[in-house]
Amino acid sequence: MSTLHIVNKSPFETINLNSCLNHVKEGDSILLIEDAVLGALAQNKLADNISEKLGEISIFALLADLSARGIGRDRLISGIKTTDYAGFVELVANNERTQSWL
Amino acid sequence: MKFGVLVNEGPYTHQAANSAYHFTKAALENGHEVERVFFYHDGVNVGTRLSVPPQDERNLQKDWTALAKKHNIDLVICIAAAQRRGLLDENEAKRQGKDANNIAEGFRISGLGQLIEMGIKSDRLVIFGD
Repeated sequence: MSTLHIVNKSPFETINLNSCLNHVKEGDSILLIEDAVLGALAQNKLADNISEKLGEISIFALLADLSARGIGRDRLISGIKTTDYAGFVELVANNERTQSWL
Repeated sequence: MKFGVLVNEGPYTHQAANSAYHFTKAALENGHEVERVFFYHDGVNVGTRLSVPPQDERNLQKDWTALAKKHNIDLVICIAAAQRRGLLDENEAKRQGKDANNIAEGFRISGLGQLIEMGIKSDRLVIFGD
């Protein structure tokens, strides 16, 4: 039973992404949307924590929200994947449930 | 697969209403079904036909109305949240003694039971909010 965790807040604004990273189980996925895509930036304060988790979970960042904030793929933590809205839909379908970290 | 979508934010407070629209559109375009979209809290503000944003700016109400028309999806506005924010359909305007209504085409006003039912009938429930 895998869960898709959807995070939409910047890690510089709230601790949602940090809390989420501490709650995920092996096989889960995290999707970063809206301001949370800032959490995908290499060398941000959660980068080490994120890199550590990448072995057991998948982390995605929404392309449209990265582009809207001027963040290219080359600036992301290595191992974080990008996805479009169609991929977002498939992530929801492929996990048994979703949890929005609002 | 059948999705339920919950929208908790209005068009000018947070990106959530925008994200919800693009997610719902992508789901429908990729062969999935959308059981219902439920607008709750400030999300009900998406459903007014009286907002007039500049012509070169995105108009979420029109986008949702067009999507509902094209794919025949059910857009439901929470009645209690709508009453507080001045969002009325013809029946509600009459019932509350108001002189006008402002609900946009493609939207309907109903209760929280519709949210629960959407949760039960959908394979997945996706929440967009602040």
